[in-house]
Amino acid sequence: MSARAEPTHIVPADSPFYAGMLVLSGAYVLMILTLLYAMATFTTPGHLWRALGNEEIRYAIKLSLLSCALTTILALWVAIPVGYLMSRHKFPGKNLVDAVLDIPIVLPPLVIGLGLLIVFQLPIGRALERVFPVTFAIPAVILAQFMVACAFAVRTMRVTFDQLDPRREQVALTLGCSRGEAFWRVVLPEARRGVLSAATLAWARSLGEFGPILVFAGATRMRTEVLPTTVFLELSVGNIEAAVAVSLIMVLAALIVLAIARVFRLRRGGPV
Amino acid sequence: MIAIERLCLKFGAFELKDVSFRLERGAYGVLMGKTGTGKTSLLEAVCGLRPALSGRIELDGRDVSKLRPAERGVGYVPQDGALFPSMTVREHLGFALELRRRARDTIARRVDELAGLLGIAHLLDRSPAGLSGGEQQRVALGRALAFQPAVLCLDEPLSALDEDTRDELCELLKSVQAATGVTALHVTHSSYEARRMADKLLLLQDGRLVESDPSALRAEPPRRPNRSESPSVQEGRA
Repeated sequence: MSARAEPTHIVPADSPFYAGMLVLSGAYVLMILTLLYAMATFTTPGHLWRALGNEEIRYAIKLSLLSCALTTILALWVAIPVGYLMSRHKFPGKNLVDAVLDIPIVLPPLVIGLGLLIVFQLPIGRALERVFPVTFAIPAVILAQFMVACAFAVRTMRVTFDQLDPRREQVALTLGCSRGEAFWRVVLPEARRGVLSAATLAWARSLGEFGPILVFAGATRMRTEVLPTTVFLELSVGNIEAAVAVSLIMVLAALIVLAIARVFRLRRGGPV
Repeated sequence: MIAIERLCLKFGAFELKDVSFRLERGAYGVLMGKTGTGKTSLLEAVCGLRPALSGRIELDGRDVSKLRPAERGVGYVPQDGALFPSMTVREHLGFALELRRRARDTIARRVDELAGLLGIAHLLDRSPAGLSGGEQQRVALGRALAFQPAVLCLDEPLSALDEDTRDELCELLKSVQAATGVTALHVTHSSYEARRMADKLLLLQDGRLVESDPSALRAEPPRRPNRSESPSVQEGRA
């Protein structure tokens, strides 16, 4: 029996698919570059030097860098165990805990600041304030940054641990590891790229945090002023050149951290 | 020696009831059964990675039913080797001894001995990335044997390998077992592996375990790995 020739199946060209993808991706990348270009050309090296010469702005840079570093360390200390427990274990109410962990991501930042302010008006908050002043002081800056940054770090670590094969950890247990030893010696080294991503994300979120800091820590110069606060204060008095110069400093700081993280990630290699 | 008495496992809707068997010291047991019959779960229960509802697990004369995996003294080789990406081959072979706080020169001697036994001396400073499937399984075997366990559990260790490598590793497993005297429990789908390796054949069917004579398996040529199949037995099923 002779095979009947099938009617020719016309396959649409792939080029419209890639053209659509490229147009959308290119438009977004172009928007980011335009934004950076506009800021870079709006200001002059003179504005930048003047901004860097201002003692208040130098204080804001110092406080921003220190508070972001501290917040990142604190966020990792919390995010790694929370991410691990949420990824590896089942327990009653896990879905509820999962939803609670997302609250700082979905809440408006100002509301987080207001919530923190109210917590420190409760009896327990006041008692803590008497021993260790927080509100409208530097600890308030760090706590406000931490509340949001940590939620993002937790998400990143959860995804990281989800992607790691639990079998390796089980092998480590049979080889003689306790749970803790298996975690420190096998799981965490394998998750190092995820840890780096979580740290980068937490640092970047902290650097850009403004709303909760304004409400909970205030905007006092030479006291609780961080770089986003400086941009706000300079804009509010009409000094747009200084505001743009400070914004550029933040952009540069963020780019440096991203570049360091990328180089470190490429050098260390490995999964996740 | 492995002695399992009336072991019951339950996970979700799946259940294994009253499983009992005994492997004498130095014996090579092969555990077979269709996909989903609980072979891996039974192996994991022996390793302490899956809790048992009831029953008793005795390894080398010691009741380990309530012990954690680390306290059971079982070498475990999973299907894909599950090597640690952050360690070199040398670090893999020394890992279990390092956990046991052995002296550095003792660890170095044991690593060299294992590397020679398994033919991986030239790989000692490599990381797992880039090792072939056969090399990865050799490293996984060395890592599991490093602390000289009384029992070795292998979960389809040859299923992802090509036929030539599988033959080589079958030979290696037999020679390593003869050299170390370890009691081995090997999970597989392959009748070929069972015929070559088994002193005792254990078949899991419908939640129950039956013992069989490995020579009762139909002679089959070595086949492509990763085929899920039910072992076929001619006669003599216990």
